[in-house]
Amino acid sequence: MSTQSLPQSIEALVEHCDRIIEEPGFAPAVAWKRAAPNRAAIGCFPVYTPTEVFYASGVLPVGLAGGGNRMEIAHADSRFQSFICSIIKSTLEQGMTGLLEDLDGVVFHSICDPARNLASVYTRNFPQTPVEYIHFPQNFEAEEAPQYLRDEYERVARFAGELSGKQMTTEDLRAAIRIYNRVRETIRRLYALRRDSPHLLRTRELYPLVRVGHLIPPEEHAELLADALHAAATREGRERDRIRVVLTGSFCEQPTLDLIAAIEDAGCYLVDDDFLIGRRWFNGNVPENTADPLLALAEDYLNASLPSPVKHDMRISPSELLVERARSHRADAVIVLCAKFCEPSLFAYPIYRKALQAAGIPHLFLEFEEKMWMFDRIKSEIETFVESLLFD
Amino acid sequence: MTENHYQGKLHHLQKELMSEYYAALTASANGSGVPAAYLLIGGNPVELLRAFDILPVFPEVNALQLAVRKQSLPFIQSAEFMGYSSDNCAYVKADIGMYFGGRQTPFATIPEPSLLLCNYVGCNVYLDWFGHLAEFTGQSAFQLDIPFIRSASGKPSKEDIEYVLRQLHHLIERCEEITGRKLDEEKLREAVRLSSLTGDLWAKIKHLTKRTPAPYDAYFDSVTMMAPLYCLRGTPQGLEFFETAYAELLAKAEAGIGPLEKERFRYVIEGPPPWPHLRAFRDMFSRWDAVAVASTYSTVGGLWEFGFSHDPDHPLESIARHLLEWNLTNRNFLQRYEQIERYLEEWNASALVIHSVKSCRLFSAGQGDMREYFTKRGVPTLLVESDLEDPRYFSEAQMRNRIDAFFESIAHRPTREGVTA
Repeated sequence: MSTQSLPQSIEALVEHCDRIIEEPGFAPAVAWKRAAPNRAAIGCFPVYTPTEVFYASGVLPVGLAGGGNRMEIAHADSRFQSFICSIIKSTLEQGMTGLLEDLDGVVFHSICDPARNLASVYTRNFPQTPVEYIHFPQNFEAEEAPQYLRDEYERVARFAGELSGKQMTTEDLRAAIRIYNRVRETIRRLYALRRDSPHLLRTRELYPLVRVGHLIPPEEHAELLADALHAAATREGRERDRIRVVLTGSFCEQPTLDLIAAIEDAGCYLVDDDFLIGRRWFNGNVPENTADPLLALAEDYLNASLPSPVKHDMRISPSELLVERARSHRADAVIVLCAKFCEPSLFAYPIYRKALQAAGIPHLFLEFEEKMWMFDRIKSEIETFVESLLFD
Repeated sequence: MTENHYQGKLHHLQKELMSEYYAALTASANGSGVPAAYLLIGGNPVELLRAFDILPVFPEVNALQLAVRKQSLPFIQSAEFMGYSSDNCAYVKADIGMYFGGRQTPFATIPEPSLLLCNYVGCNVYLDWFGHLAEFTGQSAFQLDIPFIRSASGKPSKEDIEYVLRQLHHLIERCEEITGRKLDEEKLREAVRLSSLTGDLWAKIKHLTKRTPAPYDAYFDSVTMMAPLYCLRGTPQGLEFFETAYAELLAKAEAGIGPLEKERFRYVIEGPPPWPHLRAFRDMFSRWDAVAVASTYSTVGGLWEFGFSHDPDHPLESIARHLLEWNLTNRNFLQRYEQIERYLEEWNASALVIHSVKSCRLFSAGQGDMREYFTKRGVPTLLVESDLEDPRYFSEAQMRNRIDAFFESIAHRPTREGVTA
């Protein structure tokens, strides 16, 4: 589907994205596969997937973002215990109820122990579905890490090629890097616009614009984002009496659209967040014309990617980074919004707390679950927090 | 149930050697000049530290010692006061609480680290744990990144091995900076040789429980041997301990003596023990004359019973293989199913008990699927939940009821081998 015929208002674009996001299944991916031979689609468990490697191999990388609050967990609860986060169970549940049948494979990586074990459980329960697992290096200082990751990407490319029946060429990969650079660059510009003029682009609007990229081909996403950027930049709006907030902690399991709206409605401008961070991932463009684009991707993973609690780069302190982020975004406060039972996110909190307190930046810690319907309590907590800052 | 007097020479020697080990930690904390390295149990490369006379400190062992002595809760609570969640691994919380409590424990004063060696072997919490220690101590951690086993063959690739080897060379450089001396290759070979002999004995000990009756409990007694396996491996004392243990357990096996007067049930157990309630948990099995003949937990730091041995002629390569392949933590979850399957068959066990601990999701996440797998294969399987460190998650009456009901139900039921348990 082309976005060219779409109305150009932000409201219309967001409504279009909402519709795609909330529709069960993967209709855009199915349509994309049917449009040409040697195409496949793969489900990518968060946080980060080398989308370029898959796309260059003729495989559309479709983001798995859990089941939202409309999915009843009826089967996966018996496989994963009550103290395991929701997205693990909702992803397995999607598999068990046939919702992932349009995907030709699934890819996981080394973000946390439940995701690690889910890759195995998935393999066992769906023997017909190819499952790949990527080990991203956690030694960011080692000079051998880029080459290791390059080799890992090459292995993944072979796997992807088997799914589609087409092994990628160097030029295919360069083209994929170019299109994903375009997507990410536009997202970065939208993020900058929201940082500078949050009254022109709400997070409840920005989020679906980015999230839809989980489901549609990157060319289509790039066009849609360009339309959105133009529409937002030329929009008129009035600043409201709200606090500026950096939100962190929701990099894997995602809050529902309603929860994001509730946070904003409680009196916050979210001027930065880590939602869907794996889709944005790089600080700048990945070099497009290098002799070895796999190595370029690997080097940028190690040296030019956004911080995340599943990436343990010992060269930089995560707490200092958060404080710096809050300051550079002129934030009045930080909200740490963790998915219930998400260990990496929960582990990050005490470190953040200590640093934020030392820096004199107010913060609020909240937990959420995919399956939340009522937001009164969380909204009232945020309202109280906002009031305490506005009327301090 | 009647319990034989299972505490033999090995138990006394263990206490003596571990006391010496903890005395050395205290001496280091008090300025003996011996540098200490914090590292993790999973596939630990302790031999490399031995070559530099660096004292290994295992925060996991310290945490479990606190739990066994019922000292963990105040430290856990003090970490929770700092913002750690009730859902975070309690080993980490006990350790962080203890660190900020002046590193004082009832068994030792834990020294400040000269090296934070984060051997990232499968467990993602390791990265958080040592990342936090780095923040709190102001030291940079050495991340020894071990690629997870992700191939269908269950083997590391040659790229994985090469990557680990190169990092080991950097680790050697770091140790050289800390100690101010070059690697003594002969000393490394000797540490690896001692490890090799120790590992071989540990493997032979593991195979003794194939006999009926098993001469010791492969869960509750294995844990006694695991502390020397990690804290003393690569030393003459460590080897002496395993020579003593093997001789004693072999003699018991030859004499047909087990840990209980009667061995009625032979089971395999999966998951770490509930350290704060270890005795109560053991009694729940002993009263049914049930003996664990194999345990997955005893392979977290190394899996020797399936043929691995360190190689003094190729010291770094064998350390790399140990880290990558020959330990439970870096293997994928389905390889654990295979491991249990082998135990059930080769160790002639008739049931599986899964102790699911909240703290360690590496172990526990997905154990419901494991239960389903084994149940469908006709293996009576029990899944119970508590924790390895936090005493608040152990409900004694409920646990006892579940275990009683399980053994009651299989008491007269034919096993898949057709043998009544």
